[in-house]
Amino acid sequence: MTVMPLPQAPHPSAAASVQRAVTDPVAEIEVRDVSKSYGAAQFAKTVVRDCSFVIDRGRLTVMIGPSGCGKSTLIRLLAGFERPTSGTISIGGKSVTEPGRDRLVLFQETALFPWMTAYDNIMFGPRARAEGGTDARNRAELLLDKVGLGAFRRKYPTQLSGGMQRRAELARAMINEPKVMILDEPFRGLDAMTKKLMQEYYAKLYEETRRTTFFVTTDIDEAIFLADRILVMTNVPARVRAVLEVNLPRPRRLEDVIENDDANLIKMQVLSLLHEEAMKSFAHGSKAAADFIDAYSRRIRKPS
Amino acid sequence: MPESSALPGRLYQAVASTKFWRGVVATVVFIVLWEIVSRTGISRIPPPSAVVLTFGDLMGDPSYWFSWYLSMRRVFLGFFAAMLVGIPLGLAMAVSKAFYGTVFPVFEVLRPIPPLAWVPAAIIFWPTQELSIMFVTFLGAFYAVVINVIDGARAIDVRYYQAARSMGSSGWDIFRRIILPGTVPSIVVGATVGIGIAWAVVVAAEMISGGGSAGSMGGAGGGLGFFIWNSYVGGSYTQIVVGMISIGIAGYISSALLRKLGELATPWLREQ
Repeated sequence: MTVMPLPQAPHPSAAASVQRAVTDPVAEIEVRDVSKSYGAAQFAKTVVRDCSFVIDRGRLTVMIGPSGCGKSTLIRLLAGFERPTSGTISIGGKSVTEPGRDRLVLFQETALFPWMTAYDNIMFGPRARAEGGTDARNRAELLLDKVGLGAFRRKYPTQLSGGMQRRAELARAMINEPKVMILDEPFRGLDAMTKKLMQEYYAKLYEETRRTTFFVTTDIDEAIFLADRILVMTNVPARVRAVLEVNLPRPRRLEDVIENDDANLIKMQVLSLLHEEAMKSFAHGSKAAADFIDAYSRRIRKPS
Repeated sequence: MPESSALPGRLYQAVASTKFWRGVVATVVFIVLWEIVSRTGISRIPPPSAVVLTFGDLMGDPSYWFSWYLSMRRVFLGFFAAMLVGIPLGLAMAVSKAFYGTVFPVFEVLRPIPPLAWVPAAIIFWPTQELSIMFVTFLGAFYAVVINVIDGARAIDVRYYQAARSMGSSGWDIFRRIILPGTVPSIVVGATVGIGIAWAVVVAAEMISGGGSAGSMGGAGGGLGFFIWNSYVGGSYTQIVVGMISIGIAGYISSALLRKLGELATPWLREQ
């Protein structure tokens, strides 16, 4: 197992990252015609239907879609916690059948083990595979420092702030050297300031490691700030509505998302797509209600 | 705040608080009312002043302390046996559906039987009276431990299993590092409830069974429950009250001890 790269200067040369971005992408994860339904036969609810996309190696792919559109279901399928009803998911050419440490998931809420200190949480993976030797201990120490928790190694998760918990969880995943990191709205629920800091921190971490990442969010600014590619999802049942490439140079600054014209163009595109999907869901679910309200308001207006 | 001054500071805060003085006032009012009730002859309950005197006399009486020892021993041995059998049983029932399906129906039929209903059967079926009483205290604690362990192990968040499996953990490792520590808080709850029931049960069991093998210590050596019963039979009303208060103290000490042990076993639940 390779040793984690040492923490680097905050701004690696922009030229190098541009170079990396132009090299031909290789698909790390392939999702092909995947559908997922819950419930039996005629009562089945289809949450994902004929969904296909690829996640390129070494790139950060962001999935954005209306809430409740089946994103979390897709994540459980990718992680191998559940199997698709039909279609295939493969990682590195191999079919996904069970959870594995080649793709680690960061859940919406912290899944740090409350009964373990930050250090023991990070050492969980290596110890589970009986690799808890000096090498792993050194990497754990390194990672603790890297995520800024060196002084908190003996603290339990409940004694850490929300941002610290997220970073401890990142470290716990990274020590296992996964091929792919899967993040399910990881910064949801953090306060605005911490969220910004975590986004900047995460972008830097990604730019250093270039680990293949699948990042799910409902926050457009977050999506544009982080993504190499954005997948815009339809309303439930989930399918990819549009694929947008984000070619903003790295390292990025949060202000770029507001100031950069390209970023704003992408933002407008994503917003209009999401708006369309949201309208569709309104028309779907509450057409009758909408008609009723419409008719009712007209009738009220008549007498006066 | 530096470590050294933390404790006296906290102690001072506790003593200076309104909550503390409310407790003191309530206790004093209670004792005064009790004294009045018994002095005016409203009730035949002995006055607290007389109880304190008897308490003082008994302090130097080894047979009184032997009652403490006997009850403590019965409670703790029964309780430890309940933990020893109850924790593995509860964990096994939580982990294995097949085992749960087999054992739980029997468990649920036996559980509603009050431990005291077992006293006659226990006396008949166990070779010594000491074992019979311990068996009854065992039962008292046992159900509370098992039920809490099952519920606790089942309430462990599915995400912990998912995370553990993703990182390459499985089987015994998941049991040892996820299920077991995840259940410890419930074990502590079960133990605290269990020892309370064990005290309630031991007193009644001692009264019913006559205190058992008192041996060389004579009739008064049959445990605190028997001590109360004996005082009642002998017409020593102040001793009855002393016995009652003794059980209150003994129960409190047991619970405090378990709480402390529980805190040590669950350092992650402590405030920072």
